[in-house]
Amino acid sequence: MSSLIDIRRICTITEEIRRETGPAPGHLLKRAAVLAVLTNPYAGRYEPDILPMMEALKAPGLEMAKRCIGALGGDAKSIAGYGKGAIVGEAGELEHGALWHVPGGYAMRELLGNAKAIVPSAKKVGGPGARLDVPITHINASYVRSHFDAMEVGVPGHPRADELVLVLVMTTGARIHERVGGLKASEISVWDGQR
Amino acid sequence: MSANIRKIVVQVDETLNEMGEAVSPPTRRAVAAAVIDNPHAGQFVKDLAALTEIGVELGDLLTKRCLAALAIGPEQAESFGKAAIVGEGGELEHAAAILHPKMGTPVRAALIKGPALIPSAKKMGGMGTPIDVPLGHKDAAYVRSHFDAVEIRVHDAPRRAEIVVAIAVTDSGRPHPRIGGLQKHEIKGEDGLR
Repeated sequence: MSSLIDIRRICTITEEIRRETGPAPGHLLKRAAVLAVLTNPYAGRYEPDILPMMEALKAPGLEMAKRCIGALGGDAKSIAGYGKGAIVGEAGELEHGALWHVPGGYAMRELLGNAKAIVPSAKKVGGPGARLDVPITHINASYVRSHFDAMEVGVPGHPRADELVLVLVMTTGARIHERVGGLKASEISVWDGQR
Repeated sequence: MSANIRKIVVQVDETLNEMGEAVSPPTRRAVAAAVIDNPHAGQFVKDLAALTEIGVELGDLLTKRCLAALAIGPEQAESFGKAAIVGEGGELEHAAAILHPKMGTPVRAALIKGPALIPSAKKMGGMGTPIDVPLGHKDAAYVRSHFDAVEIRVHDAPRRAEIVVAIAVTDSGRPHPRIGGLQKHEIKGEDGLR
């Protein structure tokens, strides 16, 4: 593994949503997040060329995506929604979090059978314990309305000033009691990643 | 039904310097949030059309508040996003009803153009819960310099029977973008993606 990569901690969160207000839902919704705490090699200074880290993150990206699928039962075909995010510790720059877009996004898309939709994302600079709302959409068509969601995540005590928290999120289906219409997953037909 | 608005909060986040390097022009991100009554708090209501109509009203109002806060015209807007926090008497689906069916049309009308998906987030929360409003370029979702998010919280909302609805608009990408990918001057602006 590249000298740029120093993983300090990995945190996996799984949620099983069994019921909401109203009648018993017809399905169980599972959501999982994998959060890796890494040393930020660019902390404390302005480094113009940060692209080597983007390349170096490819392997940990794939490892995290595998863990996320595993946390949801191990069957990639059961994954219906995804998202990603980054929290940068205080000695870093927002741009360091942007390094996660390519390796985090493409790792999930590859393992989920070349998923078509852009992976929605959020990022921020934050202190230890900062929380992040990671947006979620359907993996093959961004406009599938039943799958628009978000998952709030964080790692207690991190990121410290010289750390990055990188996040991948996956879900197994639609919101409980989704009932606001729009494009359904069963109606995806254009395969352009949107509809 | 029109929204019963208790308060509106507008925030402008302007980054002038990052890591000792001047950001010129500054990165500017506006968020406008409305705190509204949730007409369906405390009960399971199947038809959420009333909330969808509130989404139309707030899409127009909050987008215009963002433009006003940035003192820009719609042609200078670059990225956008939307989000909602539902107080504990409601359901996550109430946020979906406001944000997804019809809100996009008035937002895009206020910005003249915006073929890209409006990125969104939603959650349940108590008073003071923060939410990260995801951001993407309004004309092409894959513009990498504009992938971002902006956090907002309203200290006394949402109360149990309230919903906080937020729209974010920027006139710029991240400070010092340098991770490559599609650039804004390369936008074709037709399919919403590139």
